[in-house]
Amino acid sequence: MNRPGDLAHHTLSVLVENKAGVLARVADLFARRGYNIVSLAVAPTDDVAFSRITIVVDVESAPLEQIVKQLFKLINIVEIQELSAFDAVERELMIATIEASTETRTQIVELVNIFEGKILAVGTAAITVSLDGAPSKIDDFETLLHDYGIRDLQRTGRIALPKMDRSVPVLRAVNEA
Amino acid sequence: MSGPAANDATTASSNRVNGGEALIRSLEMEGVEIVFGYPGGAILPVYDPIIDAGLRHVLVRHEQGAGHMAEGYAHATGKPGVCMVTSGPAATNVVTPLADAMLDSVPMVCITGQVALPAIGTDAFQECDTTGITRSVTKHNFLVTRAEDIPRTIREAFHIATTGRPGPVLVDIPKNIVDANNPDAYFEWEWPDDLDLPGYNPNVTPGDADIEAAADLLMQAERPVLYVGGGVLKARGAQALLELAEMTDIPVVTTLMARGAFPDTHELCLGMPGMHGNYTAVTAIQRSDLLIAMGSRFDDRVTGKVGAFAPDAKVIHVDIDPAEHGKVRKPDVSVVGDCRIAMELLNEVLRQRGLPESNPDRSPWKQQVSGWLEKYPLTYQQSKDGELLKPQYVIERLRDLSPSDTIVCSGVGQHQMFASQYWEFNHPYTWINSGGLGTMGFSIPAAIGAKAGMPDRTVWAIDGDGCFQMTAQELVTAAVEKIPVKIALLNNSFLGMVRQWQSLFYEERLSEVHLGYDLPNYVMLAEAMGCVAFRVEDVDEVDDVIAKANEINDRPVVVEFRCHADENVYPMVPAGGSNDDVIVDPSQSALLDADRAAAAAAAATEGTNA
Ligand SMILES: Cc1ncc(C[n+]2csc(CCOP(=O)(O)OP(=O)(O)O)c2C)c(N)n1
Repeated sequence: MNRPGDLAHHTLSVLVENKAGVLARVADLFARRGYNIVSLAVAPTDDVAFSRITIVVDVESAPLEQIVKQLFKLINIVEIQELSAFDAVERELMIATIEASTETRTQIVELVNIFEGKILAVGTAAITVSLDGAPSKIDDFETLLHDYGIRDLQRTGRIALPKMDRSVPVLRAVNEA
Repeated sequence: MSGPAANDATTASSNRVNGGEALIRSLEMEGVEIVFGYPGGAILPVYDPIIDAGLRHVLVRHEQGAGHMAEGYAHATGKPGVCMVTSGPAATNVVTPLADAMLDSVPMVCITGQVALPAIGTDAFQECDTTGITRSVTKHNFLVTRAEDIPRTIREAFHIATTGRPGPVLVDIPKNIVDANNPDAYFEWEWPDDLDLPGYNPNVTPGDADIEAAADLLMQAERPVLYVGGGVLKARGAQALLELAEMTDIPVVTTLMARGAFPDTHELCLGMPGMHGNYTAVTAIQRSDLLIAMGSRFDDRVTGKVGAFAPDAKVIHVDIDPAEHGKVRKPDVSVVGDCRIAMELLNEVLRQRGLPESNPDRSPWKQQVSGWLEKYPLTYQQSKDGELLKPQYVIERLRDLSPSDTIVCSGVGQHQMFASQYWEFNHPYTWINSGGLGTMGFSIPAAIGAKAGMPDRTVWAIDGDGCFQMTAQELVTAAVEKIPVKIALLNNSFLGMVRQWQSLFYEERLSEVHLGYDLPNYVMLAEAMGCVAFRVEDVDEVDDVIAKANEINDRPVVVEFRCHADENVYPMVPAGGSNDDVIVDPSQSALLDADRAAAAAAAATEGTNA
């Protein structure tokens, strides 16, 4: 199975005008030209006139260059940055409800602690946990949880920004996952 | 209906307009002279100010016709074509012309009515998701939600349609924001000076380094070919092309979308490449060591099997659309920008490098090319006594008996290919056809649009009997609006092009392609629509009738030429096949087979010697 954290994927950070239908235009373009979207996250930026869409694309479905050029022809797209795993800070959030009997509950809690996740809710036979971090870390966590039985799982898809230039002083210590 | 109630309250300031007036005024500001359209419920409020507007409205008989007329107008004049229709079924009726304009990069603005904003999303009467439906067949589309946004949106629509790689733009306008009875549809008129399109900034001027790199390749090439596409016409680059070709002495092929961009009678012109291209045009590309793709896009109807296309050629690709670069064929030099500007810059660089005097000697290549031209010209057998007409002959006579700057429109099928092959296009913007989408029914409305834009020119539509029946009702439009187009209907009683494929690739099992010669009675039908009509069955009558048709300038004319039912278009490269395997006219195939055998033998001896 292709997992969202796989390196074969490529991340596009797309700055768009915050106008009705922009997401549909992007989604349509991918569908029409046969490009695969692995995940997609969209939200307004600090400037209300613009939103940022982070798209993880399956680069095997089409040459990345062609995808980017076709995307850029959309009138509402202002800027596209291709982010490789090496020059981007990438984050994703996952929440999952896991089967948790009295025997397995402590093991799951232990896993959550190791991964620095959170327990969101505890029931008699299940437990809901959350984890944010680099997509690959979430992949690993998800794999480990599988053995216990996943009732429901939702990932947000990744969001990403370019890493700060090395020459720019970094003001806060960034906790690299 | 009583006069618009809101008017009295809002006319205090003379600059106050309602959305409908603003729309018409915006079109006038854009210099629109003619709108092809059809009214209906949602667009009604806009049709009221049209009565007093300073522009001409042509009432079509089907909205598809409005779209193709706008395209024909744009092709012929270079100005954006405008069509206007109502919501729902009218909007869906323009989808075909929008898709057509999209694939052929035709500048066009389409205005559609939409149900009132509060009704959107409720499955209201004649509601459809017009912007959703047309998203992939427009360069861009807008749904306007406030009356005061109309002027800016119209300005942006025209800007997007006409700049960069041109294309169709649709503006969807809800009824309530143009409604003169709605106080909220009034606002203080203002024509915006600037555009708010932060994501749209087409790059028209190529980089110097790319031009220099192109010049380097050009100077080194031994077997170059200029592979010219519709982009040259869109860029108004015919003059720059002539200069480039003559200075470099490089032969030119013009694609189906570029016929006329370079004079067919010029000694450097090899004609059309591709599936039904000239043997020489196809073969010169195959043998070339440098293809200068100028505003062309390596369409599959030109390349055939991509892997076998021009295998030894380096490629300079000049195109304003960055996405065309590397989409099909990876260029060695990529020049992103307007073709005319690129050629002007290139011409300047080449002059500085001492051209034309310092042109490399390419006489072996030129000899090879002229050898092909001589051996494999376009050819057909004239009909024998008593036989019906040959379509190629009809087109040759039309060509020779009509003014040299006649605008020729065509439908889609065999007649289109014959027209492209046998007409001699010596002026840009004299050939209008549906290349990318291949829309049957294109020619009659496109011809009407072209004639409306160029009233002093002779406009002939060369049409097939299948195509004719798709949009013939627009001849009523032409008659009523006094737009005297001429239709050469090549009636071969078949969907000829499909019949040809079934003959060649389906063992002559003809399936659902027979239309018959007599139904409808085309002469009666044309007369019923207000046209002068003739029927020609005999070779001897052809010239007389064409001369008569050319003299009629107050009404549309339809000439039905009864043509052979089983003529095939040659040369032909079967779909997906290699351009090396072009099938020539049967009268030339023995010669070609011998040539191919000799070439194979030569290659084999070379192999053993090595
Ligand atoms: C709208 C549309 N429907 C179907 C086709 C497929 N098609 C291509 S050519 C052709 C036959 C055209 O027949 P006619 O107009 O008689 O021209 P001819 O080929 O006989 O010259 C058909 C059906 C098409 N191109 N467009």
